[in-house]
Amino acid sequence: MFDYQFLIEVLVGGLLSGVMYSLVAIGFVVIYKTSGVLNFAQGAMLLFAALTFVSLVERGVAFPLALLATLAIMVALGVGVERAVLRPLVNQPPITLFMATLGLSYVIEGAAQLLWGTQVHGLDIGISDVPLDIAGVFISQFDLFAAAVAGSLVTLFALFFRITRTGLSFRAVADDPFAALAVGLRLQRVWAIVWTVAGIVAFVAGLLWGARLGVQFSLSLVVLKALPVLVLGGFDSIAGAIVGGLLIGAIEKLAEVYVGPLVGGGIEAWAAYVVALAFLLVRPSGLFGQKLVERA
Amino acid sequence: MSEVLLSVDGLAATYNHAIRAVSDVSLVVQPGEIVAVLGANGAGKSTTLQAVSALLPARRGQITAGRIVFDGRDLAGSSAATLVREGIVPVLEGRHCFASLTIEENLFTGAIGRDATRAETADDLDRVYTLFPRLKERRRSLAGLTSGGEQQMTAIGRALMSRPRLLVLDEPSTGLAPLVVEGIFRALKQLNAEKDLSILVAEQNSTVALRFADHAVVLENGRSVLAGAAAELRRRGDIKTLYLGGSSQADPSRQPTQAVA
Repeated sequence: MFDYQFLIEVLVGGLLSGVMYSLVAIGFVVIYKTSGVLNFAQGAMLLFAALTFVSLVERGVAFPLALLATLAIMVALGVGVERAVLRPLVNQPPITLFMATLGLSYVIEGAAQLLWGTQVHGLDIGISDVPLDIAGVFISQFDLFAAAVAGSLVTLFALFFRITRTGLSFRAVADDPFAALAVGLRLQRVWAIVWTVAGIVAFVAGLLWGARLGVQFSLSLVVLKALPVLVLGGFDSIAGAIVGGLLIGAIEKLAEVYVGPLVGGGIEAWAAYVVALAFLLVRPSGLFGQKLVERA
Repeated sequence: MSEVLLSVDGLAATYNHAIRAVSDVSLVVQPGEIVAVLGANGAGKSTTLQAVSALLPARRGQITAGRIVFDGRDLAGSSAATLVREGIVPVLEGRHCFASLTIEENLFTGAIGRDATRAETADDLDRVYTLFPRLKERRRSLAGLTSGGEQQMTAIGRALMSRPRLLVLDEPSTGLAPLVVEGIFRALKQLNAEKDLSILVAEQNSTVALRFADHAVVLENGRSVLAGAAAELRRRGDIKTLYLGGSSQADPSRQPTQAVA
């Protein structure tokens, strides 16, 4: 007989790990929406945040202080990147900007290496990973915590963009950058805020991913996990990043458990890409993405 | 106390440093005046207006020669955001409303564009709603779901929220029914008369534009070839045929026309 309880357990585990993918994907989406740049350096920023935090803690800085310091550094990094790299390249073709962020990701990784060394660090953020037994289904406590943090972060940003003037400027720029310019909005200021938000997202995602995988240089590769999420959800939709992340998380786990044994296992690492590829053929703009309109 | 609000002198502009869109355009707007820029498709109207509002860089265009002076100050090097705060506010061709924002949010962006205080914003919002009551009725609708006329009103209203001294309109009549166009131009004329708002408007629809404008400039192939009082130009029946692609039976042996001063 089919074990439904096990199915639910796998599904919930997948959805919760999907939240972590969403978190990385959101960092991409906020920047892509407002400036049309696919920020490849998002992963390097994530690594940089985790590494900075771990190194500060290991040097004896108190936990909350290290948290604040890292946050401040990430905000400064976001604003600095916007000012030093992207502002001089404004109005350049998207591929130029993409290449710039690709280069940037190596610079950030190199800087992290110079500053903090190349060792692998363990990161303990004080959440035990003992599974909870909820109605017979075992759920990882850490995954629940990560989902709650990601959820609150997204809610916070949603409120910010809905209520404040800055949020309205952001939505205006995302909707029609040329009109936003004509209205007199200072695009640079909006971009600086967007990069700050991306820095904060990288910070939170870096801590959560770092706590799960250990803080090491392969951490920056989680950006690659964000790509199928973006393909599925749409590059310019925050809702899409959330739903896409959940879907990819669930698909990965389900495929690993139920399809894996049929083909000899080990498909978790690439199942998501197969799905994304298939999805590209059917719906290239993603579930929630805007149809591609040629920018005049 | 300059008698001239805006002067464009010998303007030349290219796109991508290669495609020449405008080669020699001059025009003058006096305070409290409506000036129409007329010309066929591709004559350089939009380029000229975008040069005035410093929007060319965003279109990968650049000014290669000429001077633009607003209220006695050379505008070279100013950003679009700075110009809006100084009072030059553009209304773009094709309206360019923020489709995913409500009408009222669209209007608010105009207030943000000028760093207005909350009290000023509330005042200005009232004023826009008095001018366009239709917008008040639809203020909670997403701009993308409203009609072309409502979008044009939104675009103009959004510009008015920035308290312009010179409104720079690019083809406000595009894609609108004649009655709607009439309403839009009436509203502009009213603003011009009551608030002493100066207006620079590019139009292919020369009949309407000449009826409401004080002066007009005709562009042809990137040059200003004719300028004069709107009433004067309206009396000359040949303008349409000569410059605006109005008829295919234009006289092939036409003479170069002297500017009517």
